[in-house]
Amino acid sequence: MTAARPARHTPRLRQPFFLTRVEAGFPSPASDYVETELDLAEHLIEHEAATYYLRVSGTSMTRAGIHDGDILVVDRAVEPADGDVVVAALDAELTVKRLRTRDGRAFLVPESQHHDPIPVRDGQELVVWGVVQHVVHEVS
Amino acid sequence: MDSVIALIDCQAFYVSCERVFDPALRGRPTVVLSNNDGCIIARSASVKAAGVPMGAPVFKWRDELEAMDAAVLSSNYALYADLSRRVTAVLETMSIDLERYSIDECFVTLPALDRDALRALGERIRRRVRDWVGIPVRVAIGPTKSLAKIADEKAKADKRAGDGTGVYVCPPEPDLDVLLYRTDVGDVWGIGPSYEETLREHGVTTAAEFRALPDPWIRSTMTVVGLRLARELRGQRCLDLDLVGPDRQSLVRSRSFGAPVEAKAELRQALAKHAQRAAEKLREEDLVARGISAFITTKTHGPPPHYADEAQATLDEHTAAAPPFVRSSRRLLDAIYRAGPAYRKAGVMLYAIRPRRPHQGSLFGRPVQDDEALMQAVDRINGTMGRGTIGVAAAGLPGDRDWTMTRDNTSQHYTTRWDELPVARA
Repeated sequence: MTAARPARHTPRLRQPFFLTRVEAGFPSPASDYVETELDLAEHLIEHEAATYYLRVSGTSMTRAGIHDGDILVVDRAVEPADGDVVVAALDAELTVKRLRTRDGRAFLVPESQHHDPIPVRDGQELVVWGVVQHVVHEVS
Repeated sequence: MDSVIALIDCQAFYVSCERVFDPALRGRPTVVLSNNDGCIIARSASVKAAGVPMGAPVFKWRDELEAMDAAVLSSNYALYADLSRRVTAVLETMSIDLERYSIDECFVTLPALDRDALRALGERIRRRVRDWVGIPVRVAIGPTKSLAKIADEKAKADKRAGDGTGVYVCPPEPDLDVLLYRTDVGDVWGIGPSYEETLREHGVTTAAEFRALPDPWIRSTMTVVGLRLARELRGQRCLDLDLVGPDRQSLVRSRSFGAPVEAKAELRQALAKHAQRAAEKLREEDLVARGISAFITTKTHGPPPHYADEAQATLDEHTAAAPPFVRSSRRLLDAIYRAGPAYRKAGVMLYAIRPRRPHQGSLFGRPVQDDEALMQAVDRINGTMGRGTIGVAAAGLPGDRDWTMTRDNTSQHYTTRWDELPVARA
């Protein structure tokens, strides 16, 4: 048995619920206009198959507008470049920091005066997991 | 021929899915267990190398796994299904046609470039799936599906021997013949143990010898199926990509609940019943289906909460037997169910429907469960004694047992639930 999820960001109403509604005999008069809705995901996501959401835990990136509990929209299709905010796999966890490269060495730089930059030591593997494209922050 | 076939095979797929979100699992021996019986259904390379077999009950290997500090995880189908969908989506951007064969295998059609160009293209495909989704894949390319499958075995063997990256392109003749001489006839896709025995009795031990046999002999001994396999090995495409069309005939079974339903067990039972009814309908019309979609929905008007979701699954092969659809409906519910809302309606839709043909056997050499006689008996009893007299237990047993399992080792629904997203430390 194999399983597949439907495309994530197709507005729900285009999924088989239409089918079941029509079957029930009560097509909504609004259904003709469904496609005019704005889909926020469309705005936030460039490469759907390569985009993941991660939850922020910690305060080392507040100066970059990334707060504890926020949701990151992370695109793995984007090539990481100096200055990007990235999610990196460092040791056993995923961490969000700003990526800096100097003289061929990579640094993960926090955006907070309370945290120090993390140089990547010899023998330590830094894997850039994905590039942060957006942050979703709850205001109230 | 202006196109070639590539088989894209995800490596240790379930383990790879877990590793995407848990860097601590990288390089650590890992197994994933089946939901209900604690059998090992996925192994990291290191666990394979240690001789732990596929499908083995975990308790028999507990000591070995502990000795190598292996992570033992319960299966997380919602995660695997989502990443499988993503792999397919990436492949679609890089191929002419695509056929999803199983959760971790796809056949794609590529332009017939020369061998070096194909190798480079295969490498690009491998890197893109790894970079974008996070899943390592092998890419094996040949003129036909059967030859792509042989190329995949070669890619696997090369990689294990520390040679190559997991991309292999079938060589042109006569080098292809050399490769097929080195391929055991039992390893040919679609040749099961009984045909293998017959062939060996006739002194045929390699794929090259098999494809060189005279057609009439193959047809009389191994039916038209064997002949197709031989032709595939000669480079003639006989197993076409069965392209999934969007407007394929489908079959829906659903019903609104009399009173709102919250309990998952009740939804599970309702879906099982619908799946069973839909399969019955297939048999009435002499059809078989391979795809199933399950959906649940709350009321869609009035005050919230409104919630609806739907998920799809592809079976290993076309069938009209109830059990595979019932099993799928259960797994699909796991993927879409959210506790809390009161559900008003649940249903299943079968798709990828075609007329039933005489049984051709499973081309991937998986054991075929012949449920046909059972289903005929079920239909006969229900026909004489009334619908619903007998059926699968999942569709209705009092107090439907919750199939408890080693859920404590399940990873999060990283990609399908807002409250279970992977964590990035800041």
